[in-house]
Amino acid sequence: MPSDNILLEVKHLKKFFPVRKGVLRRVVAQVKAVDDVDMYIKEGETLGLVGESGCGKTTAGRTILRLIEPTGGEILFRSKKLAAAGEEYRIVNIATASRRALKALRRDMQIIFQDPYSSLNPRMTVGSIVGEPLLVHGISRGSEREDRVRELLGAVGLKPDHMKRYPHEFSGGQRQRIGIARALALDPQLIVADEPVSALDVSIQAQVLNLLEDLQGEFGLTYLFIAHDLSVVRHISDRVAVMYLGKIVELVETEQLFTNPRHPYTEALMSAVPVPDPDYKVERILLEGDVPSPVNPPSGCYFHPRCRYAKEICSQELPLYRDLGGEHFVTCHFADALRLQPVRTG
Amino acid sequence: MWRRLREAARRAKRNPLTVVGLLMVALVIVLAIFAPWIAPHPRDIQVVHPNDLFRPPSLEHLFGTDEMGRDILSRVIFGTRISLRIGTLVVVLALAIGLPLGIIAGTFGGLLDEILMRVTDIFLSFPPLLLAMAISAALGPRLENAMIAIAIAWWPWYARLIRSEAVSIRERAYVEAARAVGTSWPRILLRHVLPNCLAPVIVQASMDFGSVILTSASLSFLGLGAQPPTPEWGLMITVGRTFFLTHWWIVTFPGLAILLAVLAFNLTGDGLREILDPKAKRW
Repeated sequence: MPSDNILLEVKHLKKFFPVRKGVLRRVVAQVKAVDDVDMYIKEGETLGLVGESGCGKTTAGRTILRLIEPTGGEILFRSKKLAAAGEEYRIVNIATASRRALKALRRDMQIIFQDPYSSLNPRMTVGSIVGEPLLVHGISRGSEREDRVRELLGAVGLKPDHMKRYPHEFSGGQRQRIGIARALALDPQLIVADEPVSALDVSIQAQVLNLLEDLQGEFGLTYLFIAHDLSVVRHISDRVAVMYLGKIVELVETEQLFTNPRHPYTEALMSAVPVPDPDYKVERILLEGDVPSPVNPPSGCYFHPRCRYAKEICSQELPLYRDLGGEHFVTCHFADALRLQPVRTG
Repeated sequence: MWRRLREAARRAKRNPLTVVGLLMVALVIVLAIFAPWIAPHPRDIQVVHPNDLFRPPSLEHLFGTDEMGRDILSRVIFGTRISLRIGTLVVVLALAIGLPLGIIAGTFGGLLDEILMRVTDIFLSFPPLLLAMAISAALGPRLENAMIAIAIAWWPWYARLIRSEAVSIRERAYVEAARAVGTSWPRILLRHVLPNCLAPVIVQASMDFGSVILTSASLSFLGLGAQPPTPEWGLMITVGRTFFLTHWWIVTFPGLAILLAVLAFNLTGDGLREILDPKAKRW
């Protein structure tokens, strides 16, 4: 099914955090932050990953980079840098990669953080922050490294003489650019952008988003773009995955998601998107109740207690994550039957 | 670098007590370095003057003389050398043990953290002076042993302090960024965690300088530290206390020296806390 331009494929990815109690620190429960996630990202595309806070989207991103050890599943990455002579690429399972392989893989995949304040070491100059990846991987040294850092700063719209300054001398938007320069330093194929604009002023958000798009074209980057702001996601993503309680409930090409949602949770999310037209009346779907605890998810479909279309079967059987055709993946028993309300386009 | 120093100086000036503290510390250091030239009777460290016993303070002997006729001012001045050496060595030794253990425990967490912290708890469960006394008594009453004893009683405080800092630092995104880049753990510890948890350690260490001087004076006072005829302040008080009622100056001046030295380091520590305060910090 998936074509051969797939850069990253995640199969049955799981991350459970143990809940320990008592003196003996016995494991009394598991927080299922990422619960059986399947998805793939094609080379050069931007896959948006949306969901409420606490739904596991950030954990999913970190687990894919193995900054957090996965509990189970496979993370297959098509690496060009790890290819042996004569090969065009090599498929590596990040989940089981050895420490050495993992270090080499770091050159292929990088991360941009949400908070531009805590993501830069306040005791390091911008030059040494952006140059650290080069130093650690022994890629270039001395003046060669300085030149490369200057080049990277230029690529993200900063001045070369910013090198000698410290992070606190920059604004939030500029700091985020520094973080982006660091992520670009190793010339990666995949960048996990973890809510890269959520912490920025709205006026700055657009600048940074445009920068990310420009860089994607320039360096052939593939993004996993984690966000909760649907208009941002719509603007930047080619396809979007919607997560709920550690599972992907719907994954499809962006416009399809907005005009033809097939999962009730997506519909509810979409109805919250503001439309800039005062005469436009949308039926706001207000979800009732709270997000259930990922320690003890509901029986059957995780969404059924809050779903207005729920039937008997929804509380009993976990729906399968399936392709409705045309790479439209949904986790709902009634995805074919329901007629859901789209977001008005334009 | 210059900008940082100027910023620090500007902040120090806002709190005049910091300046007083720094000046006093500077004075102690100058006295220690130039003791042989500053002390009016430098030979009195060893030499006894049977004809000058118990002279009250006068122009010749500003602080008077002791039961062996030695100039107390000179001995107090030479005492700065000993106190500074004790302070420096003990703090450095305690940091050398506490710093690496605390950073490792805090950054890595888990079982390692658990083991290291339980060990520090064992040390922390004794009052530091009592522990230092016990160790010093076991090792034998010498100044060097007293210093080792104090350092052993002291390092757990640093380990604890640094651990708590490291625990908060390891959650910062820049540590995660360093991992995402493939930075090795030793480098993460040295370049990312350590520099960012140093500020409270510097403050604590500068204040401890005073406490260590006080503790070593206490040990010497109890006969567990320096031995005669060393011009150690605590020891001078022990010897002088026999004559306190008739010859007050023998005890009073070494006592004042301890008071002022401890005060100097405490004021400096307080000031540093303000200068290095992460909330007010702009570097």
